[in-house]
Amino acid sequence: MTAVVAEHDDHHDHHDHGPEKGVLRWLFTTNHKDIGTMYLVFSLIMFFVGGTMALIIRAELFEPGLQFVDPQFFNSMTTMHALVMVFGAVMPAFVGLANWMIPMMIGAPDMALPRMNNMSFWMLVAGILLMASTLFMEGGAPSAGWTFYPPLVLQTGNAMPFAVFAVHMLGVSSIMGAINVIATIFNMRAPGMTLMKMPLFVWTWLITAFLLIAIMPVFAGAVTMLLTDRFFDTSFFDAAGGGDPVLYQHIFWFFGHPEVYVMILPTFGVASTIIPVFARKPLFGYASMVYATGAIAFLSFIVWSHHMFTVGLPVAGELYFMYATMLIAIPTGVKIFNWTATMWKGAMTFETPMLFSIAFVVLFTLGGFTGLMMSLAPLDFQYHDSYFIVAHFHYTLVPASVFILMAAGYYWLPKWTGHMYNEKIGQLHFWLSAVSVNILFFPQHFLGLAGMPRRIPDYAIQFADWNMVSSIGAFMYGFSQLLFVYIVIDTIRGGTGEKVTDEVWEGASKHGLEWTVPSPAPYHTFSTPPEVIPTEHF
Amino acid sequence: MSEELKQKNAKLVKKLVIVALLMFGFGYALVPLYDVLCNLTGQNAKLQESAEAEQKFVVDENREVIVEFVTSVNESTPLDFRVETSSIKVHPGQYYTVNFYAKNHRATPIKAQAIPSITPGLAEEFFKKIQCFCFSLQTFEAHEEKTMPVRFVVNPKLPERYKTITLSYTFFDLTNNTEN
Repeated sequence: MTAVVAEHDDHHDHHDHGPEKGVLRWLFTTNHKDIGTMYLVFSLIMFFVGGTMALIIRAELFEPGLQFVDPQFFNSMTTMHALVMVFGAVMPAFVGLANWMIPMMIGAPDMALPRMNNMSFWMLVAGILLMASTLFMEGGAPSAGWTFYPPLVLQTGNAMPFAVFAVHMLGVSSIMGAINVIATIFNMRAPGMTLMKMPLFVWTWLITAFLLIAIMPVFAGAVTMLLTDRFFDTSFFDAAGGGDPVLYQHIFWFFGHPEVYVMILPTFGVASTIIPVFARKPLFGYASMVYATGAIAFLSFIVWSHHMFTVGLPVAGELYFMYATMLIAIPTGVKIFNWTATMWKGAMTFETPMLFSIAFVVLFTLGGFTGLMMSLAPLDFQYHDSYFIVAHFHYTLVPASVFILMAAGYYWLPKWTGHMYNEKIGQLHFWLSAVSVNILFFPQHFLGLAGMPRRIPDYAIQFADWNMVSSIGAFMYGFSQLLFVYIVIDTIRGGTGEKVTDEVWEGASKHGLEWTVPSPAPYHTFSTPPEVIPTEHF
Repeated sequence: MSEELKQKNAKLVKKLVIVALLMFGFGYALVPLYDVLCNLTGQNAKLQESAEAEQKFVVDENREVIVEFVTSVNESTPLDFRVETSSIKVHPGQYYTVNFYAKNHRATPIKAQAIPSITPGLAEEFFKKIQCFCFSLQTFEAHEEKTMPVRFVVNPKLPERYKTITLSYTFFDLTNNTEN
């Protein structure tokens, strides 16, 4: 959209205060930019915590046999790696982006509920700390997998109730964040910013927020049932009392499948924001992007049993969930087509954000294809619980969500800090990541097809070679991410020293309101709403 | 922020919180819904919970069905649990009795419940038990060994495609369960 900003608020009125000084600024802040920054920094730290756990896993799997950790701790690592990455890294990173960018993209002065915003961040920190504290408890951290399947999870030691309460806190935090996003988008848009004019990132987050409100309470209910089964003699999942463990899987995946889209829909939004800027064309098929996002969100609620093809479903159930799952490929295909069509005959340049976005389109498609393979119920019996599924969901999360988070970092860092990042090191970071992520995850397809099960600390000798390759890729990928930390710190401190313009990227101001405010973005933006001139989509 | 906007936000938040609370309830509503769906699709059908009266069938001497027996205990149940034979060949319509044995290897009394399971699930309605230790909670004195006969019949109406039926029992320790 084209926007005319009537009045920049870089010349503050006297009563307009800047940030407080010292640590209290961060503890009590209600400013969407401060909270966004805290979310982003927190998720980056968690990315390295979860990454360290992944490297412990890959170090143990470098060779067959048991080398470094005992099997119990290994299982804790697979469980905690997943929980930290899902609830500590990827989800908060997107909430951070939402906090920073949604008000600036729709011309709002702040989020609708600033105090709740602060609370949901600190609740997240408390939840993750509670989760992490289980690592030091008798009986060890949860080790039955992040899915918490009973009856296995009921054998967890003292950690069990703490893990359940941590999930409750993370759930409440996510729900508050989601309510805030919805209230901001519904009530705070600048005049003229109609729903169908919003940038795709805002649209995808709106839909994601509704998903979160619908699913997090269901997950909270499922873990509460586990808790009462363990401590209060209920029998939701206990066969002795007439319950059924398979019921847990149904409830969990009713949450779990939309949950994976919570991590991918905002990814789609950022990709749809970045690709048009560097292709110097409007986004191809804006309306179809919105409808495709809605369709994917709807379908996510009716396909959950494709995670459980092997538990013994009726044939009609297998068929229904198989066909419904295959349907998801259609709206997803629309999106991939639109991104490609946006780039088609565009005057493309390949700065780091664009490189990560293109890699996302290619590698996410690959992850999508393996998903399509597993949607076929008869084939899934072979892939189930093997390294093939591990390869599949890591392709849809690492070179997709994480790559796009990196792209978003590079794309908006100049706006956040007012400095340009070091493009050379950025490109080095990209190429190292793009090559190593494939060395890391591609061989896992072969391992899975050859029959290597997931979540085991030791394996048969015939899997040795590809595991070694995968582990080498893991360490390459892990350590190259330190470059990103270096770049972020370097950019905050002044970067290349080059003064960045308000629009930063050539022509970006046609693509989003955030590029019409000064760089760095002042503490308060759009105190007076901008006037959004109704034009065609960019 | 204007008063009007504050009110608008508060109203929306209220609605969204209600949605979240309803979804929490929905998670629990899935529990009875699951039983209904399982019954409709014949999966995981609620197994026979009490004895059937013995009724006369025409014995089909020409047909043989293999009935297999599987015994197991849940992780912490202190029972040695076995069956006299792992499988027998039966004629549909004829009554058979098979003995199961369980011994408490603890020096304290225990209470345990056996949970049956029949595979394939759709054959369940043709497999009738006249007598079974699974119909009630079993009490074992210290080191007591029990012989527990199971009397059953396979209904001759069992469709031809079923050649083998597996009957499995798992004992769960309910000694410390306050509900009993």
